[in-house]
Amino acid sequence: MKMLAASRRTIALIMVLLPLLLVFGYVVARSGPLAPVPVTVVEVGKQAITPALFGIGTVEARYRYRVGPTMTGRLSWLKGDVGDRVTAGQVIGEMDPVDIDDRISANQAAVKRAVASVAAAEARVKDFVAREKYAQLQAERYRRLVTERNVSKEAAEAKEQAYQIAKAGLAAAQADLKAARHELEKLRFEYEGLLQQRDSLRLVVPMDGVIAGRYIEPGSTAVAGQAVLEIIDPESIWVSVRFNQLQSDGLAKDLPAIVVLRSRSDRLLSGKVARVELLADPVTEETLAKVAFDRLPEPFPPLGELAEVTVSLPRLDATVVVPNASIKRVDGQSGVWVVENDSLRFAPVEIGVSDLDGRVQIIRGLEPGDRVVLYSKKELTANSRISITDRLLEGA
Amino acid sequence: MISLAARDVLHTWGKFVFTGVGLGLLIGVTLTMAGVYRGMVDDAKVLLNNSSADLWVVQRETLGPYAEPSSVHDDVYRSILGMPGVARAANVTYLTMQVRQGNRDVRAMVVGIVADSPGAPGAPSYLVAGRQITRSHYEAVADVATGFKLGQVLRIRRHNYTVVGLTRRMVSSGGDPMVFIPLRDAQEAQFLKDNDAIINERNRAAANPAFNQPGVLEAVIDSQSSNPFVNAILVQIKPGFTPEKVAEPIRRWKRLQVYTRAQMEEILVAKLIATSSKQIGMFLVILAIVSAAIIAFIIYTLTMGKIREIAVLKLIGTRNRTIAGMIMQQAIGLGLIGFVVGKISATIWAPMFPKYVLLEPGDALRGFIAIVVICILASLLAIWAALKVDPAEAIGG
Repeated sequence: MKMLAASRRTIALIMVLLPLLLVFGYVVARSGPLAPVPVTVVEVGKQAITPALFGIGTVEARYRYRVGPTMTGRLSWLKGDVGDRVTAGQVIGEMDPVDIDDRISANQAAVKRAVASVAAAEARVKDFVAREKYAQLQAERYRRLVTERNVSKEAAEAKEQAYQIAKAGLAAAQADLKAARHELEKLRFEYEGLLQQRDSLRLVVPMDGVIAGRYIEPGSTAVAGQAVLEIIDPESIWVSVRFNQLQSDGLAKDLPAIVVLRSRSDRLLSGKVARVELLADPVTEETLAKVAFDRLPEPFPPLGELAEVTVSLPRLDATVVVPNASIKRVDGQSGVWVVENDSLRFAPVEIGVSDLDGRVQIIRGLEPGDRVVLYSKKELTANSRISITDRLLEGA
Repeated sequence: MISLAARDVLHTWGKFVFTGVGLGLLIGVTLTMAGVYRGMVDDAKVLLNNSSADLWVVQRETLGPYAEPSSVHDDVYRSILGMPGVARAANVTYLTMQVRQGNRDVRAMVVGIVADSPGAPGAPSYLVAGRQITRSHYEAVADVATGFKLGQVLRIRRHNYTVVGLTRRMVSSGGDPMVFIPLRDAQEAQFLKDNDAIINERNRAAANPAFNQPGVLEAVIDSQSSNPFVNAILVQIKPGFTPEKVAEPIRRWKRLQVYTRAQMEEILVAKLIATSSKQIGMFLVILAIVSAAIIAFIIYTLTMGKIREIAVLKLIGTRNRTIAGMIMQQAIGLGLIGFVVGKISATIWAPMFPKYVLLEPGDALRGFIAIVVICILASLLAIWAALKVDPAEAIGG
């Protein structure tokens, strides 16, 4: 009886101590440096990837017209405010003409006077023509009469002289007429010039567009060249994009692009690379490009808004592709951990292009069907023991 | 021969086991404390491992970038690349800040990396989910300790970042989880003020007549709101060069401070976490002493509890050696149970700590030896008390 009780106690003690030892053994083996590293494995496959470039930029207008006076003066009136649509040729404001109108009136009067003096000169020419004709007839008659010895030689010479005088008078009158005509012409040009000056005081819209800025109010003085209004052509709105030079290989004109505006981040707008700038930014190490919208979003985005641009490059042929998370750098060499019979081998690879979803082309070093480590809970070495699982994180 | 110790234990096995478990929990705490200290040192080391750099180029006269602030112009890396023995060089920025996600914010170390190619200096060396950063803006790889999930949107200063990858054990020397973002964004985040501050700054510049001239004002504002600095340049060296051989010409000719891996470890362990690790170390010592004292008391009390039985044993002529052996065997048994329970409990609760707790097998081994030694020493006191007992007490009482 006593022996039975003792063995029952022994069994109870063993029942307690044995699981404890088992758990201990498990804990020692499964945690700490002896434990295998959980990893996930992916099979290398052939896949066609579409590389893409990602950049950020700001919305800009290709055409911005800064309308202002060519001469310093006071702004007399200005119609239209920011957001108003304007059409080409529309007079939108005017500078104060000061004395130009009076000068135009004076000039008009001067033109009239010149017209009159041209008429007077013409009359004088007619007068001299008549006189010259008469003097010519007289001189011819006296030349005949002298040969017939009917008049004295002296009288004939007097008539000849009168004829010469009349000729000279005619030439002078004709010259006067020319001068009067030139004077008229000059005054006319001056008048036209003044009219044009008057015109240039008007602020005229150069292109159809929208007023984007109104900088000066009527009554204030604007210096020559200062902008009074800024007009943009909404049709010319595009995005000025900056691409990191490390990731700008292949950027070219006409490539399709997706634009996401900061204010409308849920909407993808399609566009096209309109231009790759020849001048890159040497300080920020970025390549600049312009991306035009296929269809301008309505209402059009404010200039200066931030936009994210993804440019798709041409699709590549199917090649060996691995996720970029599987690529590691060991001893200065890029490569992947290949799983062979549950042990690890580091395979150096040559990397090609990659896309924005993290797929990387492998040019050399891997064959389709190889199994490579994708994620690991620790940094791996060639001696690491691994245990392959489906995923390392719950719900990730 | 029958084992007196085993028979005695069997007699009151419940009491024995529970005492052992209680003792084990105490030992578990001590082991955890050692783990906390090891974890702290390890945090500092993983920070260096993760940057996968051989050299750290920082501002002169600083212990940057981890122990002290350091700033270097962001185009200096180009001239570093031209130095002999340099294989790769990349800018990096570090900034500890609150990262917002929805309604909560997490304290994290935001690391700005050049999202160049896999394995670039500074980039996370392994992931547990998702992918590495591929875009040059507005993507993030976060440590799982931040609690962020793939696809979530983080807010750092004014910009939103999408979490594209998750990593593990990427922490700052202070144990804050890291969030990796592209360098340009990080430079901006370091310097970017809130909108109110920017507007105030603009107005202030505009109010200054020296600046407010056509063309000048814009240039002044531009120069105020750009940040051409990074905290350090991480350098990987070419095979065949020693770190010191590459570092020396950079120190000499580029007038920058360069730290090798060994120097950086020295800075982090000896300087940055020195006080807090000493604090933990002190606590560990006290905890070990207290544990030893408690083990001694427990064994002494257990022995005193059966002093009558020992007196009877003495009365029937049991040898002193047998009695001493019994007490010592029991003490060691108790210690063994305690160690096993302690190791198990420490392993179970270690991952629940907010900061990393590293339970090293070496520490466990040392702990085991210490426990056995303490048990033996503690049992000596009990043995002394037991042998001193008068056999007459067995009948007297």
